[in-house]
Amino acid sequence: NPFAGLVSHLRASWLNGKTRPMEYRVAQLEALGRFLDEKKQEILEATASDLGKAPFETELSEILLCKNELHATLNNLSRWMKDEHVDKNLAMQLDSAFIRKDPYGVVLIIAPWNYPIHLFLVPLIGAIAAGNSVIVKPSEVSKKTERLVAEALPGYLDKDCFAVVTGGVQDTTRLLENKFDYIFFTGTSCSPPVGRIIMTAAAKHLTPVTLELGGKNPCYVSDTCDVTNVARRVAWGRFFNAGQTCIAPDYLLCTVEMQEKLLPALQKAIEDFYGPNPRESPDFGRIVSDKQFQRVQRLLGSGRVALGGQTDEAERYIAPTVLADVLPSDPAMQEEVFGPILPIVVIANMDEAIDFINARPRPLAIYAFSSNDKVVNQVLERTSSGGFCGNDTLMHVTLTSLPFGGIGNSGLGMYHGKFSFDTFSHRRGCLKRGMGREPLNAPRYPPYSQQNFRVIQATSRVTRKNDCTLL
Amino acid sequence: MERMQQIVGRARAAFKSGRSRPLEFRIQQLKALERMVQEKEKEILAALKADLNKSGPSAYSQEILGVLRELVTAMEKLPAWAAPQHVKKDLLSIRDEAYINYEPLGVVLVIGAWNYPFVLVMMPLIGAIAAGNAVVVKPSEVSENTAQLVAELLPQYLDKDLYAVVTGGVPETTELLTLRFDHILYTGSSSVGRIVMAAAAKHLTPVTLELGGKSPCYIDKDCDLAVACRRITWGKYMNCGQTCIAPDYILCDPSIQGKVVENIKATLKEFYGEDVKSSPDYERIINKRHFKRILGLLEGQKIAFGGETDEASRFIAPTILTDVSPESKVMEEEIFGPVLPIVTVKSVDEAIEFINLREKPLALYVFSNNKHLIRRVISETSSGGMTANDVIMHSVVPNLPFGGVGHSGMGAYLGKFSFETFSHRRACLIKDLRLEVVNKVRYPPGSMEMMHL
Repeated sequence: NPFAGLVSHLRASWLNGKTRPMEYRVAQLEALGRFLDEKKQEILEATASDLGKAPFETELSEILLCKNELHATLNNLSRWMKDEHVDKNLAMQLDSAFIRKDPYGVVLIIAPWNYPIHLFLVPLIGAIAAGNSVIVKPSEVSKKTERLVAEALPGYLDKDCFAVVTGGVQDTTRLLENKFDYIFFTGTSCSPPVGRIIMTAAAKHLTPVTLELGGKNPCYVSDTCDVTNVARRVAWGRFFNAGQTCIAPDYLLCTVEMQEKLLPALQKAIEDFYGPNPRESPDFGRIVSDKQFQRVQRLLGSGRVALGGQTDEAERYIAPTVLADVLPSDPAMQEEVFGPILPIVVIANMDEAIDFINARPRPLAIYAFSSNDKVVNQVLERTSSGGFCGNDTLMHVTLTSLPFGGIGNSGLGMYHGKFSFDTFSHRRGCLKRGMGREPLNAPRYPPYSQQNFRVIQATSRVTRKNDCTLL
Repeated sequence: MERMQQIVGRARAAFKSGRSRPLEFRIQQLKALERMVQEKEKEILAALKADLNKSGPSAYSQEILGVLRELVTAMEKLPAWAAPQHVKKDLLSIRDEAYINYEPLGVVLVIGAWNYPFVLVMMPLIGAIAAGNAVVVKPSEVSENTAQLVAELLPQYLDKDLYAVVTGGVPETTELLTLRFDHILYTGSSSVGRIVMAAAAKHLTPVTLELGGKSPCYIDKDCDLAVACRRITWGKYMNCGQTCIAPDYILCDPSIQGKVVENIKATLKEFYGEDVKSSPDYERIINKRHFKRILGLLEGQKIAFGGETDEASRFIAPTILTDVSPESKVMEEEIFGPVLPIVTVKSVDEAIEFINLREKPLALYVFSNNKHLIRRVISETSSGGMTANDVIMHSVVPNLPFGGVGHSGMGAYLGKFSFETFSHRRACLIKDLRLEVVNKVRYPPGSMEMMHL
């Protein structure tokens, strides 16, 4: 077991209490902030190399959003760490009852390649804030970023409590043989079913997990809407990071009339964003690997190519593409697109759109666009998803006060902001009593009697309001 | 198997119909459950007596009082719990609606245990109903009378399609676990907990596992021994030791071991009289298998008190073992019986080390007049929950979560925590379709000035 030594070292440091003091956690978190500042250039270069990411996108998604999380955590850490005192009933008025936030121990964070800094760093912030030791396993697919993280990050953090482990599927499998106290995984749920594999491995050690997976995020556009604005917001969400975003609008649902209106609007949005030839725009990304490129390219044989469709294998470039009249049986509707292709599936009306969505596995996000509030609310109320955004895409995950997580096949658990801290903490119910006033306990002891029982009932009952409490 | 698929299928279809969504419906179902508990109190107590020889007042306070209280809490608080929670917004979202919507998960599976057979299916059921789910209940077949009763009663009071009971043993449960649920709450052993989680993993089903372990009880030299021992005796021997949060073993200095034994002996006489076997308040071991298992733990041990058994009635007397070796069998597995080993340690440091070398327990107890020592024990150990200067009681504080950590479990429930456990917290952001100018800064072509806004 090649990682056993590392895991036990981290666990020993944790058991010694090194990660408990708030000052320690703050110091580690501040060091993460310095990592983001001092290594910014390297991060921009690595993500540009791995994904052709535009500096703007990297600054926004891999640095700014991470810093927001960091600051929110540093601002609130002392409050989050405090024991939460709870209301007590009559019998316990003189006792102290509170929830203590205990760290779990050694946390394993497995990150994917599409936002290779953000998706290990934001969970890491939560895990450190909650007082855990952590092993970070960045994705081997985003090679340059993996190397950067493995080489640079350990220099910023306490080596006794934090480590980076690199490698591929074999290494991850060996790593999972060890007992962790929490496993946080972001990745795919379908092919291969890595989420299931991780949870099964976790089950052997009764390790709790958070799985941030994916799915096909539907985007419903009603007939009453400002087409220009819809097209811009949808295009932005779809083509950001060349479509490699777990919460990107995966496919559009609209009437045939709306499809006709959207196509020119989408074309204009794409041109506004990336110019007449997106291949030359510094703001449009590339597919991460040959394997992914080939997979996404295969999806082009769906419906008809209304916009884009050009590809270049050498560059792993796929143009911002819109496919019209896509059928549910087409390739683009069989798997999460995870590329810069937007299939449009035509439906007759909102009810049909809702039925379409509900006939499929629950996605990570659902989007609905309409000038009519009622339409947006209908879609929200009659569907189920990890999160929901009305009249925009992606934005619900930028608020640190909202939880981020999936449901069903799109995941279990959640994080961001305080939800990260809570995810990586065990909430321990604690009661401190005094040794005196023993006669008060007398009614609970054998020999049991109805009379004693009535005393217990009177002091511990919860009555409905308006109930008469006269015995 | 088909029968089970049908039952779960019907529950899912009933859930999809949406009728469990309105709060009025859920409250109506909870009210029906309340009526069931009140009207069928005699039958419930009779089943508990048949399964575990629980006496009337004992059974009522252990299994019915808590359920009634949970029902009242759920009915009162449901509107507040279920209300969308508006959250703090940032500058960009100042004109948007941002909130967390509490939504049901779908079909919840509740697997009960035999030691508190009624309350351990009812509490999760209440939470799952309150959160708007359909529920399949699988009571433990080991406490067969209660299982039978639950199977008969629930359909008489609740919506038959939404809330179903499945009975049976290991083969039936195994089959049930191959089907897809949207949350599984299991109460039982760690070894079966692993099996439940592995089965859940196939469907990516979230789980709450209420397991067990050896809950340590440290008695400091500086404490009122008489009071401490009375409280420990109560918690240890209630339900004949078959309580997941019973103090499993004692850690104390060798110099007070003798006094601890004397105090517990005296308390036992107070509670159960001279002849424990004839006390109506002392329960029995659930079945022969567990009876034999617990007997086996006594082999080679120094019995300071007790040790009498009667296989025919599955009676094991309240028993205390002294100078127990940490390596002995009785210190390896959760005892779950009326046998109390005492392991001597020279200091609280040794006690903490002893506890931390072992799997995290469901509960942890410490008795001391020294507040600083208590604080140390809490801060330097980990456990599902804990009580200082008493036992069991943290599990009845209305607003504390009840759950394990590590091998003692994952997730928590009771009260508001049940509602959260059985709900999906959906992040919702509703923006205006106008005001596009606000979005301009984020669109390409990107420029760094925009970043620094």
